[in-house]
Amino acid sequence: MEPRRTFLDVAALPKHAFGSRDLLWWGNAGFMAIEGTMFAMLLATLFYLRSVGGEWPPSPWMPPDLLWGTLNTAVMLASIWPSKKAEKAAHALDAHAMRYWMVIADLFGVLFLVLRGFELAHLNVRWDSNAYGSIVWLVLGFHTTHLATDAVESWVLTRELFKKTDARRFVDVAEDCGYWDFVVLVWVPLYVVVYLLPRWS
Amino acid sequence: MRTARRRASALAAALGTALAGALVLGCTRRGALDPAGIQAERLAHLWWWFFWITAVVYVVVLVLALVPALARRRRLAAPPTSAAEPLAGAPVLPREPERERRLVRVVTAGGLVTGAVLVALLIASVHGGSAVSSAAFVESPLDVEIVGHQWWWEITYPNTDQPWKAATTANELHVPVGRMVRLKLQSNDVIHSFWVPRLHGKMDLIPGRTTWHWFRADRAGHFAGQCAEFCGLQHAHMGLVLVADPPAAFDAWLDAQRLPAAAPANAAELRGKQVFEHSSCVLCHSVRGTIAGARNAPDLTHLASRGTIAAATLPNSSGHLASWVRDSQNVKPGNAMPPNPLHEEDLQALVAYLGSLR
Amino acid sequence: MTGGGSASEPAPAVARREAPILPEADERARLERAWSVHGALAWLRDVDHKHIGRRYVVTAFVWFALAGAAALLMRLQLMRPEGKVVGPDLYDQLFTMHGTSMMFLFAVPVMGGMGIYLVPLMVGTRNVAFPRLNALGYYLFLIAGLMLWGSFFVGMGPDAGWFAYVPLSTAFSPGKRVDLWAQLISLTEISALIVAVEIIVTAFKQRAPGMTLDRMPLFVWAQVVTQFMVIFAMPAVMLGTTFIALDRLVATQLFNYTEGGDALLWQHLFWFFGHPEVYIIFIPALGFVSSIVAASTRRPVFGYPAMVASLVATGFVAFGLWVHHMFTTGLPQLGESFFTAASMIISIPTGVQIFCWLATIWTGRLVLRVPMLYVFGFFSTFVIGGLTGVILASVPIDTQVHDTFFVVAHLHYVLIGGAIFPLLGAVVHWFPKMTGRMTSERLGRWSFAFVFTGFHLTFFPMHLLGLYGMPRRVYTYLPQRGWGDLNFLSTVGSWVLGVGVLLFVVNALWSMFAGARAGADPWAADTLEWATESPPPPYGFLHLPIVTGREGLWSPGARSAFVTGLDPDKTELLVTNLLDAEPELRYFVAGPSIAPLFTALSIAFVFATGMFTPWGPVVGMVPLFLSLLGWIVKSEDGERGGERPSTASPPAGDDAAALSAAEAAG
Ligand code: HEA
Ligand code: HEA
Ligand code: CUA
Ligand SMILES: [Cu+2]
Repeated sequence: MEPRRTFLDVAALPKHAFGSRDLLWWGNAGFMAIEGTMFAMLLATLFYLRSVGGEWPPSPWMPPDLLWGTLNTAVMLASIWPSKKAEKAAHALDAHAMRYWMVIADLFGVLFLVLRGFELAHLNVRWDSNAYGSIVWLVLGFHTTHLATDAVESWVLTRELFKKTDARRFVDVAEDCGYWDFVVLVWVPLYVVVYLLPRWS
Repeated sequence: MRTARRRASALAAALGTALAGALVLGCTRRGALDPAGIQAERLAHLWWWFFWITAVVYVVVLVLALVPALARRRRLAAPPTSAAEPLAGAPVLPREPERERRLVRVVTAGGLVTGAVLVALLIASVHGGSAVSSAAFVESPLDVEIVGHQWWWEITYPNTDQPWKAATTANELHVPVGRMVRLKLQSNDVIHSFWVPRLHGKMDLIPGRTTWHWFRADRAGHFAGQCAEFCGLQHAHMGLVLVADPPAAFDAWLDAQRLPAAAPANAAELRGKQVFEHSSCVLCHSVRGTIAGARNAPDLTHLASRGTIAAATLPNSSGHLASWVRDSQNVKPGNAMPPNPLHEEDLQALVAYLGSLR
Repeated sequence: MTGGGSASEPAPAVARREAPILPEADERARLERAWSVHGALAWLRDVDHKHIGRRYVVTAFVWFALAGAAALLMRLQLMRPEGKVVGPDLYDQLFTMHGTSMMFLFAVPVMGGMGIYLVPLMVGTRNVAFPRLNALGYYLFLIAGLMLWGSFFVGMGPDAGWFAYVPLSTAFSPGKRVDLWAQLISLTEISALIVAVEIIVTAFKQRAPGMTLDRMPLFVWAQVVTQFMVIFAMPAVMLGTTFIALDRLVATQLFNYTEGGDALLWQHLFWFFGHPEVYIIFIPALGFVSSIVAASTRRPVFGYPAMVASLVATGFVAFGLWVHHMFTTGLPQLGESFFTAASMIISIPTGVQIFCWLATIWTGRLVLRVPMLYVFGFFSTFVIGGLTGVILASVPIDTQVHDTFFVVAHLHYVLIGGAIFPLLGAVVHWFPKMTGRMTSERLGRWSFAFVFTGFHLTFFPMHLLGLYGMPRRVYTYLPQRGWGDLNFLSTVGSWVLGVGVLLFVVNALWSMFAGARAGADPWAADTLEWATESPPPPYGFLHLPIVTGREGLWSPGARSAFVTGLDPDKTELLVTNLLDAEPELRYFVAGPSIAPLFTALSIAFVFATGMFTPWGPVVGMVPLFLSLLGWIVKSEDGERGGERPSTASPPAGDDAAALSAAEAAG
């Protein structure tokens, strides 16, 4: 006997949403969890090596120069501001402001990539000198890869924004900005470990 | 259905027989289960505790699983048999809340018993572990240093007062019965692991680190040892012979090992010595008292006193020595010793010389 | 959370209806058009989770057959003392390829593949969350396997063991063998991570209305726990293999003790991944067992909350066990005892699950078909392996049996008994769903008998060999050690096992073409995949089902409520919320594309050339960037059809509604 059937009509549901209602947010969260774990393992490796070796950095190597690293940290932290603005504009469905702030954020992206080049030049150690040098280079290299991907991704997205801005784009921009903040904030502990830790010990 | 069951029981019987056969083979106590020293004995003791407890747990679980499987009463009354939809329309059992509640109690009890058994095993393990290590705390152990190489063991008996009197040998570790031995373990290349099952568990030799291992042989005899950590092509042939001698015999042996090599006693041996000193042998080996002082390969000063060559791979006979020197790659492919295309007489002389290094 | 009773409270945007919006035949035809892939290169552009999942499973079984063949060769070599079948060089490659393939190319991906196939169906959705990413994952896995076995067949197989301890794998392994191994591990792990994200998002956000989190099938729970473990475990090994590659290629010093590096660092990194890895293989199998037990005992699995809690607990504790693989490295004893305790604690949740199944079987009415036979094989075999695990967890005992054939016995008892037996049962159980045909029961029983007998003959004697002093990874042994008889028995067993596997494969192939045609629900089982046709249509379900209870199709009111109103002309999914599965969005997902394949090829290019020169990856960035660009741009243009830029006004309250309004206005 065929049971009586009822139907739930979902035709009126929205198609996009900000935040955790959207699948993109979850995909993003998943990849941030993966990358966050990577960074955590890198730091664990660094502390492990520091605990088995004697000095950190081993003499006669000098800690990395503070200037460029600190400057770049400041620039990165500052870039949260346009990114937050762009995110706000996306939430407000304000396409114009969103484009504007994305461009500003992209410029920050160029700036901190250039500064990163100076940072690498003033690490005062080569990756093949010793384990200390290797792990410091790896931490920076890995983070730089993230900066670069994030910057490129934002450039591509901005370019798309100038072509057309459909509803989906607002969500894309909001997610992109969230990822941007992640990449910047994850740098803070790395900065402490790369630049300050060798000076304390 | 019945034939299937008969087949299943036949299968179970056959399997049980085979495994029982394996167990009978196993009843000959060997290896780690035939301890010859205090550490291995305490480990074997702990092993049997674990074995019997887990065996009981297993039997209980197996019975609980097999009873419903074999009991006809618990089968679906008339299993539908259409090949395409074997269970189409098969009923789902009604809920029985009362029974489920009783089950919750049973399963909870099972969990608690599991926890209790595990706590007991944990205590046994920690206690057994400290019993093994506490046996080691003695005043003056015999110190021996071992360095692992691909694929042989360098064994040194240091002499703190007269360092030049240290004795170095390879692949044959002599210890006195009844005295605690303290091994200092290091590696020059990759990770190895020192293991003589009848005396103690294993301990790794790790480049850049030093590890320590304590054991005591309580019975005289030859005990097989083996590198246990995969270390490359000839990991399989990185053997070791542990010789436990009564203390007097051990002391005599050690005194002999501290001496430089015996001088050639006849013309053949003398010629052999010349061959040795003029060939590439000296680039890697040493024979104390000659010009050969390299330490990249086993020390040959008292080679002839050892029972085996090639890290406990071949008996130490002149035939095996000759074929080893000529082309060791046939015996132990990948080892670091190059082939030596010597003239036959030179080879014989060399082997005669090596045979004189008692 | 909505309690028992009625399904989801309709959100404001949803309404009840007595009939679907469209006539069924019409809707079916339009869905078919929207969801299937046509035209040139259809196979390569396909993003249907059922096809990708099936490819994962079939490909993984190919690597299994090769790795199994390698095992048979190893067994032949070890059959007698001083065997001459293979030399040391080949033997080292054989066990490395065997272990690496079985773990990285077979066991993990086959479980992921079953998840990719079944999870979307079990939660009642049409595809995974990110279909193209999913295809990318498969291609990476395929390429990694092809490259690994390809290099083996040209004599460049890796030979440092499946855990490649440094410095044997760094300074003491000349040539490219280990580089290859390191790069391909990274590739397969990317693929595993992609599967993880897919399955978690699908299970969390795409469950059919009414399937609240506490009604999610145990199979899906097992997959979710597993995939979370993947996310936190795989990064460690990716980092580790990257370190190995860099130490070898650009002279970093991470593992070189003379320059401040450390050999044990690798062991920590590897086992921090490696221990969770074994549960990543094992936990999905627990999901199989739950599904099979429920269908074969005609009652839901006893103790759902305890089962879920056990799975989650296992997932957590698994990260605190890794040092039990390093008990002989001379670490401080007190610290080691902590890991003994943790290893014992993890036995409790495993035991609880076993007790719950036993309770289910005791109170159910048993149907002993082939899948259930494998479940009994699982009980009688896995418990031995688990108990030898408890024995190994004891630090003192482990110093005797570590790195011997006792460990080899343990690992095969748990891996084959604990994961492969349930997997074989699962293949038989879901074969009708995947192919539309039943497997032969008779052949299935024969194959089970051979597999089971062969297994115990092969691996039981290894316990004794280990206790008698036989180390693992030896290419031969001397006659006087007295290991010949047991090894002979073991080799005979391996061939019996091989025949069993062969019969299984024959059965599957034969049944694919000649098996009895299966109905939609041949086992009268409880989970949602049985509510759709066998094999399911490309869109999964004509109308997404609505779930009325934890027992799925066995709950009162099942098969009477459905979803309607998704756009039949677009690839739309229903997104629901995490806890209560309340409908939230009609979500558009990307359709077929060739971009995943190109992206996979570019990534593989980066990894492959990276073995030879750092410029390889630099050059490789270009095609990688282009294919990613193609991916983004294409997915935006092609399928977002018709949506023009919106000049929206600020939202009033609900921003999702505002977004839709913006879209409609545009
Ligand atoms: C599916 C994979 C799988 C699973 C599930 C397990 C489960 C367990 N494993 Fe195993 N293990 C491996 C795969 C697995 N292992 C592999 C591949 C290796 C070797 C890697 C290599 O070196 O190559 C290994 C190695 C390994 C070692 C290292 C050995 C060595 O190298 O020296 C140890 C040591 O502690 C260990 C312990 C355990 C424990 C305690 C469990 C527990 O989780 C078991 C829990 C289950 C039970 C205990 C049985 C069911 C419980 C009951 C019926 C309740 C009643 C029980 C009691 C009262 C005790 N395993
Ligand atoms: C899921 C994991 C898994 C599985 C299923 C297996 C399955 C098997 N394993 Fe393996 N094994 C490991 C994981 C696994 N193994 C790991 C991780 C190691 C450690 C490696 C290391 O030390 O680095 C190991 C090590 C290992 C060793 C130890 C090697 C050594 O230390 O020297 C041995 C020795 O006997 C062995 C044997 C077998 C056998 C006989 C099977 C059998 O079950 C295989 C059965 C399958 C077949 C027989 C294939 C049948 C196929 C056909 C008949 C079709 C053939 C057709 C074609 C080729 C197209 N395995
Ligand atoms: Cu040395 Cu194995
Ligand atoms: Cu483990």
